[in-house]
Amino acid sequence: MDETKESLQKRWTHLRKVLERPGPFSHPEFEPSPDILDFILSSCKLLIIGAGGLGCELLKDLAMMGFKHIHIIDMDVIDLSNLNRQFLFRHKDIGVSKAEVAAKYVNGRIQGCQVVPHYCTIQEKDEEFYRQFHVIVCGLDSIPARRWINGMVVSLLNYDDAGILDQSSIIPLVDGGTEGFKGNARVVLPGITACVECTLDLYPPQVTYPLCTIANTPRLPEHCIEYVKLVQWPKENPFGVALDGDDAQHLMWLHEKAVERASQFNIQGVTFRLVQGVVKNIIPAVASTNAVVAAVCATEVFKLATSCCTPLNNFMVFNDVDGIYTYTYEAERKENCIVCCNVPQMLSIEDPGKMKLSDIIEILCSDPKFQMKNPGLTTTINGSNKTLYIPTIEAIEKRTRENLNKTLQDLGLNDGQEIVVADITTPTSLIIKLTFKTVDIEMG
Amino acid sequence: MSSPIPKSPEQSDKNKKYDRQLRLWGDHGQKLLENSKVCLINATALGTEILKSLVLPGIGSFTIVDGEKVTEEDIGSNFFLENETVGASRAQVATQCLLELNPDVRGDYIDESAEHIIANTENFFKNFDVVIGTVLSEKTLIPLSKHLWECEVPLIVCRSIGFLGYIRLQIKEHTVIEAHPDSESPDLRLDKLWPALEEYLSSINIEQLGRKEISHVPPVVILYYFLNKYKNDHGGNLPETREEKELLKEMIKDVGKSEDGNNRLILEENFEQALHYVNTCVATRAIPNHVQTILEDDNCVNLTQHSSSFWIMCSALREMVKSEGVLPMKGTLPDMASDTHSFVTLQNIYQKQAQHQAESIYRRASQIARDLGLPQETITENDVKYFCKHSSELYLIRGSCIADEYEKTSLDLTSYLEDPDSLIFYYVILRGLERFINEFNAYPGQMDDQVEPDILKLKGIIGKLLNEWGYSHVLRDEKVHEVCRYGGAELHSVSSILGGCAAQEVIKVITNQYKPLNNTFIYDAINSTSATFCL
Ligand SMILES: [Zn+2]
Repeated sequence: MDETKESLQKRWTHLRKVLERPGPFSHPEFEPSPDILDFILSSCKLLIIGAGGLGCELLKDLAMMGFKHIHIIDMDVIDLSNLNRQFLFRHKDIGVSKAEVAAKYVNGRIQGCQVVPHYCTIQEKDEEFYRQFHVIVCGLDSIPARRWINGMVVSLLNYDDAGILDQSSIIPLVDGGTEGFKGNARVVLPGITACVECTLDLYPPQVTYPLCTIANTPRLPEHCIEYVKLVQWPKENPFGVALDGDDAQHLMWLHEKAVERASQFNIQGVTFRLVQGVVKNIIPAVASTNAVVAAVCATEVFKLATSCCTPLNNFMVFNDVDGIYTYTYEAERKENCIVCCNVPQMLSIEDPGKMKLSDIIEILCSDPKFQMKNPGLTTTINGSNKTLYIPTIEAIEKRTRENLNKTLQDLGLNDGQEIVVADITTPTSLIIKLTFKTVDIEMG
Repeated sequence: MSSPIPKSPEQSDKNKKYDRQLRLWGDHGQKLLENSKVCLINATALGTEILKSLVLPGIGSFTIVDGEKVTEEDIGSNFFLENETVGASRAQVATQCLLELNPDVRGDYIDESAEHIIANTENFFKNFDVVIGTVLSEKTLIPLSKHLWECEVPLIVCRSIGFLGYIRLQIKEHTVIEAHPDSESPDLRLDKLWPALEEYLSSINIEQLGRKEISHVPPVVILYYFLNKYKNDHGGNLPETREEKELLKEMIKDVGKSEDGNNRLILEENFEQALHYVNTCVATRAIPNHVQTILEDDNCVNLTQHSSSFWIMCSALREMVKSEGVLPMKGTLPDMASDTHSFVTLQNIYQKQAQHQAESIYRRASQIARDLGLPQETITENDVKYFCKHSSELYLIRGSCIADEYEKTSLDLTSYLEDPDSLIFYYVILRGLERFINEFNAYPGQMDDQVEPDILKLKGIIGKLLNEWGYSHVLRDEKVHEVCRYGGAELHSVSSILGGCAAQEVIKVITNQYKPLNNTFIYDAINSTSATFCL
C-alpha cells in the first residue's frame, strides 16, 4: 500500500490534529506537517523490552499511536497468573512465548502493523541490534535488566575528540515500573539527563531477613518460610532437583514444612499464598496501574518521536492508593555515575595488606553506587592479563577461588591498579582504579 | 495455638489467575468485585479502556449503552473495535471484543443512546453498582446525574481530548473500611494498658537481666520499663516535648549500650528499636479526626432500619469509644528484635485483647441490629473483625451532585483560580467546550479551517461562564488555543492513562477499599502533571 495515501486515511484523523497543527505548548523544533505521521507510519522503529504487564499495554498503545515498526523482546512464557492484566494472552496461550503471542495478536488486530517478536534475553542481542531503534521503551520488573539496557544505550553514545556528544548517537530510553497501585515513568536522554544508574538509590532494597533471626529467633511466618527455603530444602533435597517456585509440588512441600516449623514456635499465619509470595518474591500487580504507567510511557515515546510536545523532564511518580496522585520532577545526574559519566571509578583502599579480594567483591555488591550481583574481576600485571576471579564459569571459578582469601598485596595489586569488572548489571565492563591510602594522610 | 494444616493448599485456577491482585484487595474484595454490575455509556476508546481494566480483574458483568455505529476514526483510536466492523453497532462490537478478555465476566449491550434510555426506560440505570459515562453531552449528563444521585448509584464521568483528561466521581455517600495507608506507626497502647499486658510487662526487670538476656528483650518491654521509670521521676507524666523525649532516650541508651571488640560503644538492636518507638508510640493515642467525624455523623447517631451494616458497626464503635476512650486494636505487632518466645507471648497478649474488643463490638452491633428489627445476618462476625482491625482507617466521603455544578449560579473556584498555572483552568475550558458542543454541534477546532474562529468563540463562551459564576478572571489564550488544536481528537495513549485511573476508582467504589477520588481529577499529558479539585 502507498504509505502517503495511508497517512490520509480517516483512521488517523485523531493523530493528524496534533501532528499537523501548531500548538502553543509544542516543542520549539516542532514543524507541523503530514511528514511526521508518514515518519511514524513508515520509518520510525521502536523497541519494547518486556512483553508482560507493561509490555502488552505498551505494544497496544504504541501501535494505536501509529507506530508500525515495533520490535518486542521477552524471554518469558505465559503463565496463568499473567491473565489478570496481560490482556493480549488467553488461557490457550499458557506456556507459549509472550513476545510471539503479543506480536501475533497486535498484528492481527491493527491493520498494517508489523511487530517483530524476539523470544530471548536482552543480553543475547548485540550493539548493532540496539542501534537500529529510534526510541527504546522498557516495561521490566527486573532492576538488573534495566541497568543492563541503560548501560547499553549509554555505550552507544559517540563522543568526538573534544569530548562533545554526537547528538545523533542518542537513543532515548523510556522506562516504566509498577508495584500494586504505585508506579513510575521516566525519560532518559543518555549522556544528557539522569540515567537509571544515576538514580539507583530510588529502588527500594529487597526485603531480606538476617540468617540468625531465621535460624534462631523466628518471629514472623516469613521467617519460618525462609528457613525452610534456605536451610531445610538444600539439606533434605526432597525431589532431587533445584527448588522451582513455579512447581506446585515444591510449593506444597515448603508449605507443609513451614507450617511444621511455625507450630514448633507457636507462630501463626503461614498460608500457601504467603509461602508462594515469599519464595517467588511476588510483587502484587493490577491491570489498572499497568495501563496507566504504560500509557504515560507510550505518550512520551510519541512526544519524542514527533516533537509535538516537549517530553517529560524527566521522572513521574504515580500512586492511586488515596485518590489519584502524580508527582513530576527532574531527577539529577550523578557527577560520578559509573555508567553515564566519562570518569574512571576510584576505590580507595585503607590497607592493601589487610584488604582481601573478597572484600572488594563485597564492596561491589553492597555499595549503593555499584550494587552488583556476581562480579567477575580481571586486571593487567606487568603487561599480561591476570584473571582475579570469575564466578560465572565453573572451571575458572574453581581455579580462581583461592584468590578470594588473598590480600591485594599478595595478589600483586598496586596503587593506581585498574581492575576490569564484569557483571550482569552492565553490558560493558567497568574499570575501577584502586587508590591506596598511605599512613601519613589524615583520614577524612 | 497453630491452625490445622489445610489438606490441599494448592490454589484453584481462579485463585492462580487473580493471585497478583488478591494480594492487594483480598478474597473479600474480589468477591465484591465478582458480584458487581457496571454500566458504560459510550464505547469510546476511553470507555473501552476503562472496561478493559475492570473485565481483566473480573467484575461480575458489564452493560454497554451506545447508539453509535463504528466509524473509521473510531478504529484509529479504539483498540477494542475490529477493522472490518465499520458501520456495525459500536456497543455490540466493543462488547464482543471485551468479553474475549475474561471468560468469567458476563457482558451485554444496548444499541441505543443514553438519552433515549433515560427518556424511555425508567429505572434502567438503577440496577448497577456503578455507571460510567464518557463524552456525555450536557443534556444527557444533567438528568443522568440527578437520577443517579437520587437512587444513590455512583457515577463516574470521564473525558479525554487531545493531551487533556478529566475524571469526575459523583457519589452521595461512600464509606471505606480498609484504606490501606502507606505507613502507620505501631499501635503499642503503652498509655492504655490492660491487666494482661501490664502483668507481663511489669514481670521483667530490665536492670536485673544478664547481658545475653537483655539483648533478647522485646523493645516494647524496654520502652515500658523506662517509661515507668520516667513517670516515677516526673510526677506520673508522660514525656511530651522533644527535650523530655530526649531524656527518656538517654535513660534507654545508658542501659542498652555495650562494648564491641574494638572498644567502641554500641547499642543493642532491641534498644535501638525502643529508641525509635519513643518518637512515635509514646504519646496518648487520640481518635483520628476522620474517625471522630464518622462517629459524630448523623447516620451513626440516628440509625434506622435502612442503615447499612457499616453504620451499625460504627454505632457500636461509638459506644465503645464513649466508654473506653480508645479504638479497637489491630492485634498485630510489627516485627522487632526479640527472642521467639517473648515475641510470641507479647503478640498473643495483643491479639487476645483485639479479639476481646472485636467480640464486644460484635455483641453490641448485633444487639443494635436486633433493636432495629433487622435480621441476624445483617452483621457478621467476620465483617466486624475487619472493621475493628481497620477502625483507625475508617473514611467517609459525602460527595456532591454533578448537576449542581451545572445549575448552581455560583461555583466556588476562588481558592483554585488564584494560581494562574492551576489545572483548574482546564476544567473551566472543558465546561466551555461542553457548551460549545451544545451550541454548535461540533468540537471547537473540528474543521481545519475553523480553528482560529473557534478559539474566539470558545473564549467568548468561557468568559460568559466565568461571569455567571461571578469571576472576572481572564484565561490565558494559549490553553484555549491548545484545546481548539485538538479539534475533538481522542489520542489513544491519553485515553489509556485516564482509563486505568478511572477503572481503579470504580474498583475502590465497589470493594470499599482504598480512598476514592474526591471528586474532580484533571490530567495534563503535555506536562505529565495532574491535580484534584473538590467541586
Ligand atoms: Zn548516569
